[in-house]
Amino acid sequence: MPDKRENIQPNTTEERGIQGAYEGETVTRRRFMVGTTHLAGAGAVMAFTLPALAFALGPVFERQKATWEDVGPVTAFNPDQYVPVNFTQTPGIGDVGRTTAYVRRFNPAIDGGQEPRDQYEAYIAISTRCAHLGCPVRYVAAAERFICPCHGGVYDKLGKVNGGPPVRPLDRFYTRVRAGRVQIGPRFSVNSELNRFSPRDPGEPLDGIGQYLYPARFTTAKP
Amino acid sequence: MPRIRLPSKLPSPPPGAVPKALRPSPSRPQEGNGRKSLRDRAIEDGAEAGTTVVDWVDERTSLSGAVRWTLFRKVPRGTNWFYTLGSATLFAFLNQAVTGVFLAMYYDPSPTRAYESIRFITNEAFLGEFVRGMHKWGSSVMVILIFLHMARVFFFGAYKYPRELNWVIGVVLLILTMTMAFTGYLLPFDQRSYWATIVGVNINGTGAFIGPYLSDFLRAGPDFGATTLSRFYAIHMLLIPGAIAALIGAHLYLVAKLGTTAPPWLKVESEPELREREV
Repeated sequence: MPDKRENIQPNTTEERGIQGAYEGETVTRRRFMVGTTHLAGAGAVMAFTLPALAFALGPVFERQKATWEDVGPVTAFNPDQYVPVNFTQTPGIGDVGRTTAYVRRFNPAIDGGQEPRDQYEAYIAISTRCAHLGCPVRYVAAAERFICPCHGGVYDKLGKVNGGPPVRPLDRFYTRVRAGRVQIGPRFSVNSELNRFSPRDPGEPLDGIGQYLYPARFTTAKP
Repeated sequence: MPRIRLPSKLPSPPPGAVPKALRPSPSRPQEGNGRKSLRDRAIEDGAEAGTTVVDWVDERTSLSGAVRWTLFRKVPRGTNWFYTLGSATLFAFLNQAVTGVFLAMYYDPSPTRAYESIRFITNEAFLGEFVRGMHKWGSSVMVILIFLHMARVFFFGAYKYPRELNWVIGVVLLILTMTMAFTGYLLPFDQRSYWATIVGVNINGTGAFIGPYLSDFLRAGPDFGATTLSRFYAIHMLLIPGAIAALIGAHLYLVAKLGTTAPPWLKVESEPELREREV
């Protein structure tokens, strides 16, 4: 049986006796051409896959513009009872882009503290998007509870979880007053102590480790 | 049939002027001594047309070997009706593909027009209700069949060596089928499909770390927006069907390559001489 090692070709082009070879050169013309062809092929594939992929992933990194929707004069809202308002959250898609919020004036007796925390809290706007999986909740005035029809989530008057599967209180919207009229702006989420967080999707808890498991997104609109 | 009569006496060409192929040659033995009429030859050629065409293609592709390799396989004793569940799933997929293509001729994936186009398909297009029904109920049939097929493979132990890779491909096909069912559910764009999709996307979002971004990707933004529906439509009719078709090809290749398993209740029979020695 012949020694296999005898069949091994020398490593360098010089040892193989290839003409015009430099000392220590290992890349033969054939290897160079094969490598170039592979590189050119990979480049051609990248040339159409990378832009297409970026195109599809683009919306994940696109920051939304804050829009402020007029929902009525300041006299329409009081500190004790919620008033449902229907406004456009996503323009351009008709009724699908509309959503409902429950709005009342800031009430020191239930909201805590004498003054609103900042200019965005003079009116409290509670989103009807359930914090469990996003079904629309409704406010039952007699029970002073928000109730979700899908899986039985119940929230108290501040939107804090009373029972059922929701993992955090109901989201809220920034509000502001312009020329005597209340406007509703971007959404934000709150944890069980009603501290503000950038908007999270339903089903994502914000207490404890939750805020790190579900990080803020690039699409968040700033007021 | 009118015939053109040529003058019986034509001046013959000088010898050597006519190429060899055009010179009259004695008839071949199987053709008999006389020349066949045009009609007989046409009938003969017609009868052999199928063979001729197949031969023509086969000579240039060698497909017949591949077809024999795929279709005329040996199957183990005890093969039974449970072994047809995979083919049944395949036919359910083909039904979805064909009806889906024709539904796409009427469907309009814009948030303001989608519901109306579905209403048109159901109420006004000829056979629209029937074809849409085939697609709608066919999707449930496909999901049921793929699970039955999976159960057959599991309980028959057909996922074991050397078929593990085919099990993995099958699991990917199962996931893709569920994704098809999920993305297709939104397309009628009525209250039920809209809220079911909201809930479904939010379930996606509960995956830690990647979930929130996955939701943004599915919706093309933080909320259900103008392009969400067309995004679902493109995923539903272009992206996933291509992947499913390719993976079904790989799945079937491995089935043909590795063969099917015998049912687990079939005892292995040893060679006769070995049996004698055992006694």
